[in-house]
Parts: sequence; structure tokens; C-alpha cells
Amino acid sequence: MAKVVAVTGNEAVANALRQVNPDVCGIYPITPQTDMMQRYASFISDGKVDTEAVLVESEHSSMSACIGASAAGGRVVTATSSQGLALMWEMLHIAAGDRLPIIMPVVNRALSAPLNIHGDHSDAMGARDTGWIQIWSENGQEAYDNTIQAFRIGEHMDIRLPVMVCMDGFIISHSIERMEYLDDPEVKNFVGPFKNLYPLLDLDKPKSYGPLILTDLYHEYKRAQHEVMLKTKDVVLEVAKDFEKLSGRKYGLFESYRLEDADIALVILNSAAGTSKDVIDEFRGKGIKAGLLKPRLFRPFPYEEVAEALKNTKAVCVMDRSDSFGGYGPLFMEISSALYQLKQKPALINKIYGLGGRDYLPSHAEEVLQELHEIAQGGKLKIIKEYIGVRE
Amino acid sequence: MATPLTLKELSKKEDLLTHGHRMCSGCGAPTVVKMVLLATEHPVIAANATGCLEVSTCISEYTAWKIPWIHTAFENAAATLSGVETMYRSLKKQGKIDKDVKFIAFGGDGGTYDIGFQSLSGAMERGHDMIYVCYDNGAYMNTGIQRSSATPLGADTTTCPAGSVIPGKLRARKNLTKIMAAHNIPYTAQASPSHWMDLMKKVQKAHSYEGPKFLNIIAPCNRGWRSKTNDSILLSRLAVNTCYWPLYEIENGVTKITSTPKEKLPIADFMKPQGRFKHIFDPGNEWLLTRIQEEVDAEWEKLKYAEKCGC
Ligand SMILES: Cc1ncc(C[n+]2csc(CCOP(=O)(O)OP(=O)(O)O)c2C)c(N)n1
Ligand code: SF4
Ligand SMILES: [Mg+2]
Repeated sequence: MAKVVAVTGNEAVANALRQVNPDVCGIYPITPQTDMMQRYASFISDGKVDTEAVLVESEHSSMSACIGASAAGGRVVTATSSQGLALMWEMLHIAAGDRLPIIMPVVNRALSAPLNIHGDHSDAMGARDTGWIQIWSENGQEAYDNTIQAFRIGEHMDIRLPVMVCMDGFIISHSIERMEYLDDPEVKNFVGPFKNLYPLLDLDKPKSYGPLILTDLYHEYKRAQHEVMLKTKDVVLEVAKDFEKLSGRKYGLFESYRLEDADIALVILNSAAGTSKDVIDEFRGKGIKAGLLKPRLFRPFPYEEVAEALKNTKAVCVMDRSDSFGGYGPLFMEISSALYQLKQKPALINKIYGLGGRDYLPSHAEEVLQELHEIAQGGKLKIIKEYIGVRE
Repeated sequence: MATPLTLKELSKKEDLLTHGHRMCSGCGAPTVVKMVLLATEHPVIAANATGCLEVSTCISEYTAWKIPWIHTAFENAAATLSGVETMYRSLKKQGKIDKDVKFIAFGGDGGTYDIGFQSLSGAMERGHDMIYVCYDNGAYMNTGIQRSSATPLGADTTTCPAGSVIPGKLRARKNLTKIMAAHNIPYTAQASPSHWMDLMKKVQKAHSYEGPKFLNIIAPCNRGWRSKTNDSILLSRLAVNTCYWPLYEIENGVTKITSTPKEKLPIADFMKPQGRFKHIFDPGNEWLLTRIQEEVDAEWEKLKYAEKCGC
């Protein structure tokens, strides 16, 4: 029986982790994640989980210890944000290259300099090429649900990859929302026992982890990593189907909101999608066919499916909450790659919004949708990439 | 029961780092590793920092390690192994594993004194049950003999080359053994493969303690030291007998010199067979040789004092 609660995103994800009860976790503080693993530390101190924590001296060591623990053979989690994720960067590649299904909630936050503790997506976008599966979440409910599903996805015997579950710093991590928890046994059953693959602790069959690989094999090794990523989409959908049976909540590779007959569309990640949906409804009320696509699985990226979903639109704006300075926003690059394969492509623009926690307001969505509407009506596309909500 | 440290008994034991690895002939590091593993009784899991030992002993799809072994990166052997050890404790607590397992990390001086210093300090402070072994060859050898904080005063390396103005490294070594002892861990020691019995005793003693232990073991590198390939043991003995590398342990805070040279030799005896110190003997560099001798003497006196005052 689902339990209705009013909790913050951090609390919800910490609770999901408690319900899964991993064998080892790495803990290191960084705003806005800190409070999630702090809560987890209380579960440990109160005997509510079997987890052994490694109270590391840095995030680099946290990911290193998680890799060691996962290779040893067992279920492993950690969580981080921003500078912490940046410090882990070297080890993120190694976790994925070693095919270790470590699960890591990432509470998205801006990167220094200048130092800023608020929410944007620069941290996780900087880690998109590390070989981790990335799942993004609009709200606390999604972060909770995605965390639980992440174990089934990463630990799937055909996949064995680490998974990041992303949610917006403060906006979600620290806001109280109404949401539904699954029962402990339901989560335990859903996730199932951890299945080992080549554990170091199998002392009778010694393994060597982390060899040097020369030019004769490295290329093949990396292709294999790409190929397993391609299999991930099906597993994500299969797990989502099972999760729907359990929870009644439906998940896909992305969410389409009023997109079927839309002329104009926003593509937008995480919490800002919620704000945008209200404005989409207003535009629909005015007779303008507006829709929204909210990516969920960002790595691997579902190019064909996204192209299919957007193919009948006339103008699309990709909203990025992070930037590639001197380039387009990272989400824009993916969407334009997806759309390039279409014979008839919608006009495509890119807005950078909400960096370092700058508020994203309904009026911003309105302006963008208005601009898209004009382009769709035959107006000129003036500028491809633009910052919005900027103080001049 | 620990294997008696006699050649007869030890020769019956299997080498856990087997032949076929690709370290240079005459390299001190694999000898050190073999001695450490020979003195280890229980099933053991090893972690290795990036460096000569690591790149030469596990090249896909071959491995020279007959024990479970993990390498992840350069600066984090201690952190990686602390994860392995924590998983072991978790599974043991949950009744999913019953064996007693030992954990040993191997890192070069670069991976230990320098880039891996933080993760080592963290792992020791957290109290993981492991021995961290630094095989100290006094430079970043794998990348081509660059200076580390373990490089001896005066040495010629590729980043502190002996030139016409600067005669090699102008800083003395970092005393890592003391720093590790300052973590108040139960056992810290310095050893040398020339004194194999002393080395193995220290390994056995380290294993007898639960918690973090640190062993600093000199491991001559003929490439970087510019010495003969068959001189590893000779040079490690000279390092001990000149008191450049004193053999001692700090057990529960008490310092003990485990082998005092019968006759303390001049430091030049250690340096002369090594090309990295050739320039020290050039006219005009006498002051540097004097300074090196003074540094060695001062450290040795401090050590004797520490032993005498029971600290
Ligand atoms: C983060 C990082 N920086 C630099 C390197 C390059 N690197 C690899 S091995 C090595 C030197 C290792 O020196 P040491 O630890 O003394 O071991 P040795 O090779 O001397 O046995 C360096 C600098 C690396 N692998 N990773
Ligand atoms: S370079 Fe030195 S440390 Fe490296 S394998 Fe050769 S002798 Fe050993
Ligand atoms: Mg070295």
C-alpha cells in the first residue's frame, strides 16, 4: 500500500536508498546533497540498514572507494553535487569502464567560479561522456521513483553500468512536496537481491581489475561500452513497465506533454518542465498548439524516439540550464543531432536559462512560446542561441 | 600460525606475483612485493596505484597476480582498497562471507608521498584493516624518472636535472614514515629487501594488528638510479648501512631501530654506484655532498633519540 507523504527531494531519495539497503555507501558533504546522505547516516546509526559507510576525505576517494567496494562484490551507492562530481570526474570513467553498477543521486548545482551553491545542470552535463547512464527527474516523486529503478537498470546482467539520478538542487532537493512512497517490502522485491559478477571477494577465483590495455584492445573495449549503452534503452523501458505495475506511475525514455499535435514545443529538463507545462496549458487555451518534451534518459540518448516525437512540430526551443561556452547548450546539441536525421525539420532555437539557480518564471516560458509561435507562423528566426532571464 | 621465516619453509610457498611480468630485470619492486606476499598467510586482496609495478604486472589479457587485485588510478590505492575492505566488512556482518581476508595496497613513492597522500591519510585515519606498502624508488619512474617528494637531496632526475647552475634536487626528502606514524596507527615500519628477514617479520607483525598499518620499503630502480641491473640488493643494503634508509618500526607509538649497521658507512658509498649522483662528485659540488651527509646524520641522530626516549 502506497503511503502519501510530504517530504523534500533529498528526504525522498534518502528513503529510497534506505528501502534498497545497499551494502556500502560513500558519504561526503556538499550542498545541496549534504542533507541526503546525512539522513542516510542516521539510518545507519539507528540500525535501520545493513550498510557500512565509508566516511571519506573527498569525493575522489568516495568514488574510488565505491569502485573498490563494487568490484569486491555488492551493492554500492554514493551521492554528490557540483564540485564533488567535478572532483570525481577521473573516477567516473573508471567506474563505467570497469562496468560497476554504482548508483549515485546527483543533486544538480552550478560549478565554480564564481562559487554558487544553487541549482543548474552544469555538473551532470560535464559528466555526460563518462559512460554513466543518466536519468533526470522533474520532482521529488520522480527522483524517488528513478532512484529505485536505477538499481534494476544498472545491475541488469546485460548492462552492469553505473547510474546517475539527477534532480535540481534546492528547487527539488529542499522543497517539500506531496508524494507517494512504496512499502519497504515492495521496494525490496522490486529491486531484488544483488547479483554478483566477477567479485574480488571470490577468493578461489582471483580476478585482476583495471589492467593496462594497449592499442591492440582499447578501441574494441570502448566500442563494447558503447554497445552496452545501446541496449540500455530497452532495459529502461522494461523496468519502467514493471515499476508502473507496482506504483501506477508511468515512465518512458522521455515525457511527452501535449506533443501529439503540437506545432511548437519546448524541450526542457527537470523541475523547469513543471513550470513550463502550466504555460503550455495557457497557450493551448488560446488555441495555440504548444507541447513539451522532457528528457528522462539522457545517456544513452534516445535520438530516434525524440526525433519521432518532434517530427511534426514547426518550431522547437531547447532550454538549457547549463552552457558550453562558445557552443550551444548541451541539450540543444543532442536535440539538433536527433532532428538532423529528419527530412523535414522544425526550426530550432536554444535558450540558456536559470544558471546558478536564477529563477525560471512562467513569463520566461511565455516569451519563448510566443517567439516559437511567431516562427511557426512564418516569422524570421532571429537568433539561435540566447540567454534569457538575464539582468542587463 | 605464521610460516617460520626460514629459507627452507619459505621456498615451499607459492609466489603470488608470478613470473612473466614485465618489470625491468633487476628491478627492486617485484622483489619487495614477493617478500611481502610470502610473509602473508591469509587470503589476501591487493590494490595497486598506477606506476611501474601496476603497468608491468597486468597488461590485458595477462596478469601476474595470483591473488585478487585491483588497480583504478594513481592517487587512490588506499581509497580503493578501503572500499574493498568495507564491502568485506559489510558482507561479513551480514553473514554473507565467513573467511578472514587481509588487504594490502601497493603504491610507488609518487603515488604515496605525493598525489596519493590525501587518500592514504584518509584511509589510515578511518581505520581500515589494511597494510599500505610504499615501494620507494625515489622518483616517478614509470613516466621517466621525474622528481617526487621522496627523491633524495642532490639526485638528478628529468625534472630536477643536474645542470650547469642547479646541481639536481635541492630539497631533502619528506619523512613519510614519521608522518604516517603520526596518524597513531598501531604499526609503521621502514624496511629493505636486503634485510629480508627483518622485512618479512615486519609484514607478519603488521598483519598481527587489526587496523591500518604502513610499511615504507626501499626498492632500487636501476633505470632511475643509473645503476647496474644486478645491484638492487647491494644498493638497498648500502642504503641501510649508510643510515640513508634506517630500519626501524614504530609500534603502538614506540620507536625501535630493528637493525643498526655494524659500521655506519659514509653516504658517498651509497651514492657512488649510482649515476643519478655522479655530478655530486664533480669539483665545486663538495658542499652538496657535505650537506647530504649532514642531513643523513641528523635524521639518524633524531631516530636514535626517539628510540632512546621511548617515543
Ligand atoms: C592523475 C594522474 N596524474 C599523472 C599520471 C601519470 N603517471 C602515471 S604513473 C606515474 C609515476 C608513478 O610514480 P611512482 O608512484 O613513484 O611509481 P613508480 O613508477 O616509480 O614505480 C605518473 C606520474 C597518472 N596516471 N594519473
Ligand atoms: S623503471 Fe625502475 S622501477 Fe620501473 S620497472 Fe624499471 S627498474 Fe623497476
Ligand atoms: Mg617511484
